[in-house]
Amino acid sequence: MLDEGLPPGTYYLSGNEAAVEGAIRAGCRYYAGYPITPSSEIMERVSARFRQVGGVFVQMEDEIASICSVIGASWAGAKAMTATSGPGFSLMQEGIGYAAMTETPLVIVDVQRAGPGTGQASRVGSGDVMQAKWGSHGDYQIIAISPWSVQETYDQTINAFNLAERYRVPVILLSDLAIGHLWERIDIPEKVDLFNRIKKPGAPPFGTEADDGVPPMPSFGEGEKLLVTASTHDERGVRKSDDPQVQEKLVSRLNNKILKHRGEIVQSDHYYLQDAQVVVLCYGFTARSALFAVQEMRHRGKKVGMVRFKTLWPFADQIARQVGSTARAVFVPEMNQGQVAGEVMKYVTCDVAQYSQTNGEIITPQAIIGELERLV
Amino acid sequence: MARDLEEYLRPGVPGTAFCPGCGHGILMGAILRAIDQLKLNLDDMLFVSGIGCAAWIPSPNFNADTLHTLHGRAIPAATGVKMYNPRLNVVVVSGDGDLVDIGGNHLIHAARRNVDITVLCANNMIYGMTGGQACSTTPLGAHTQTTQSNAYRSFDLCHLVSAAGASYVARYAITQPLALIGSIKKALQIKGFSFIEVLSTCPTQYGRRNHLGTPAEMIGYLMERCIDRKEANGLSHQELEGRIITGEFLDSLPLSGGATYGKAQAG
Repeated sequence: MLDEGLPPGTYYLSGNEAAVEGAIRAGCRYYAGYPITPSSEIMERVSARFRQVGGVFVQMEDEIASICSVIGASWAGAKAMTATSGPGFSLMQEGIGYAAMTETPLVIVDVQRAGPGTGQASRVGSGDVMQAKWGSHGDYQIIAISPWSVQETYDQTINAFNLAERYRVPVILLSDLAIGHLWERIDIPEKVDLFNRIKKPGAPPFGTEADDGVPPMPSFGEGEKLLVTASTHDERGVRKSDDPQVQEKLVSRLNNKILKHRGEIVQSDHYYLQDAQVVVLCYGFTARSALFAVQEMRHRGKKVGMVRFKTLWPFADQIARQVGSTARAVFVPEMNQGQVAGEVMKYVTCDVAQYSQTNGEIITPQAIIGELERLV
Repeated sequence: MARDLEEYLRPGVPGTAFCPGCGHGILMGAILRAIDQLKLNLDDMLFVSGIGCAAWIPSPNFNADTLHTLHGRAIPAATGVKMYNPRLNVVVVSGDGDLVDIGGNHLIHAARRNVDITVLCANNMIYGMTGGQACSTTPLGAHTQTTQSNAYRSFDLCHLVSAAGASYVARYAITQPLALIGSIKKALQIKGFSFIEVLSTCPTQYGRRNHLGTPAEMIGYLMERCIDRKEANGLSHQELEGRIITGEFLDSLPLSGGATYGKAQAG
C-alpha cells in the first residue's frame, strides 16, 4: 500500500531517502524542518512523499521552530520527526531538553558533518556523539542510534520511532554525510513491528508508581485537560518549581526509565570475539572500514575481533566491560577526537588505543589495518 | 474571578501568581468571557504559552489542554499542533518579551503563513518575571533594571504583524475591557492568523521605576494615553504625541500589492 510506505521489494536509495521511507513505514505523519547540508534530501523527499501518504510537512523558519513544532505535533497525537546537521542540531538542544522533561516522543535525524562551527558542510564527521547525549542543560537521557548502511538507516528509523513511543523520549538517529549520501540496494520487508503510543484515559500522564516507569500519553483534544510544562511538575503536570522531592523524583525517573532498560535498548554486533586479543570498538560508517580491516587481519592470522555499537546512547557499558576484561587492548577508530573512546575508558581496564580523524574524510580500511598491525 | 466563570477554571488551582495591580488578571477574565459568550467548548481548545508572567494566564488556570513551552517558542509549538489537528481551536497567550523579543521571528513567520491560530500578546512593556529589564516594547526613555533612560524606540507590534500578513490585528488595553472582549471574540472566530496586542500593567516592575508605582497610577496611565483609532483620525502628529492608538488595524483586508511577491507562475 502506497499510503503505508514503499511496497515490499528491492530498491536503490540513498541513506537520507531511506530515513524518510522508514519514518513513513513507522507511521510518521508530521515533519518540520529547515534546509541544511547534508540533511536536506530528507526534507525534500518528505515534501513530496507526505503528499502521497497524507502527512503534514511544514518548512519552518529555523531549527528551533522545527523542533518546537514537532513537539507540538507529537502532543497533538502525531508520530513526528525532524532532520538536521550540526549547526541546526545545536539550535535544537533546548527543545531536546524540553522534550526529555515533558516526555515527548520524537525522532531527530542528525546527518553529521565536519564541525565545529560551520566547519565543512559537505564533508563527513562524527563530532556530535557527545552533543547528542549532553547537548541540553540538566540531567536527562536520550536514545541515540548509529546506522552503518542505507538498509540500517531504514530499519533503525523504524526502531527509533518504536523506542521514542515506548519510552516517551527523543530518539536521535546519528547518521552522517557518508551514510546519508550513500546509495545502496535495500530490501523493504513485508512486515515490520510497530509500537504505538499507550493511552489510558484519566491516568496520570507524567508519573508512574515504579521509579523507572513510562506513563501513558494522552493527546490534546481528548478531554484530558492536559498540563504540559517543562517546569518541574508532578504526575498530573502541576508545576512544582520549588519542591525538592518532586524534582528529585522526576529527574530520577527520567534517567531510570532509560538507564534501567539498557538491556532492551542497546544493540551491538560482535565479530571474532572468542579468541580476540585486540578488539576494534566502532560505530557508524567507520565500522564498514573496520570490518574490512578486521577480516583482512584474520586472513593474516591475527587475533583481532570487533564490536559494532548499533546504539550509542545509552552506552553499551556491559559489552565494553566484557570486552575490556578479556582483550589485551581495544582500538577505537572514530571521526572525532575520541568521543566514544573516552566513554569506553569508563568501563574497560585494558589499554585503549584511539584513532581520531577529523579531516572531513572517512577512515579507510588501510588506515585501520596499519594501526592494528602495530597493536597486535 | 467571577463565580459564573468558575467552570472555566481548573479545579484545585489556589489562585493566580500575579502581583497586586497586575493587569493580566483582567486579560484572563476577558479571554474567558469571550469564550463564554461564544459558547465555545474548552475541550476543543488548546492554550499555548511561553515563559513569563503572561504565560501563566492559561497554564495552569484554564480548565483545558495547555502547553507551556520554551521561552519564545509558543507560536511554533502551536503551529505544530494546529497543522496536525486543525479541529483544535489553538490560542497562544504570552507576553511581549516572549512573543516579540526572543520569539519575534516565529511571530512574523506564523503571520506570513497565516496559520489559523489566535495570538494574544500581553504587553506590559517590561520583562516582569525576571525582575524588570528592558525589552523591545519598553518606551523610549523608560527607566528599567537595565536602562537609566531607554535609548531605543519600541516596536509597533500591530504594524509589524500586519506587514507580515496576518488576517486580523488589533490593539486594546485592559482599561478597555468591553472592546477587548469583543476583539477576542472576533479573533477566536476568524480563520487565519489573528493577533491582539493587549496593553497590560506591571506596577511592580515597570510602574515603580517610572513614577507609576501604584496600580491606580498605571491604570490611569493607560486610560490617559490610549485613544481609539477613530478618535485619532484627523489629529495631527503633535496632538498624537505620546498617545497609544487602539482599535482594529487589519480585518481580513488584503495587503497592498507591494507587500508580497504575488503568486508564482504555474507549471
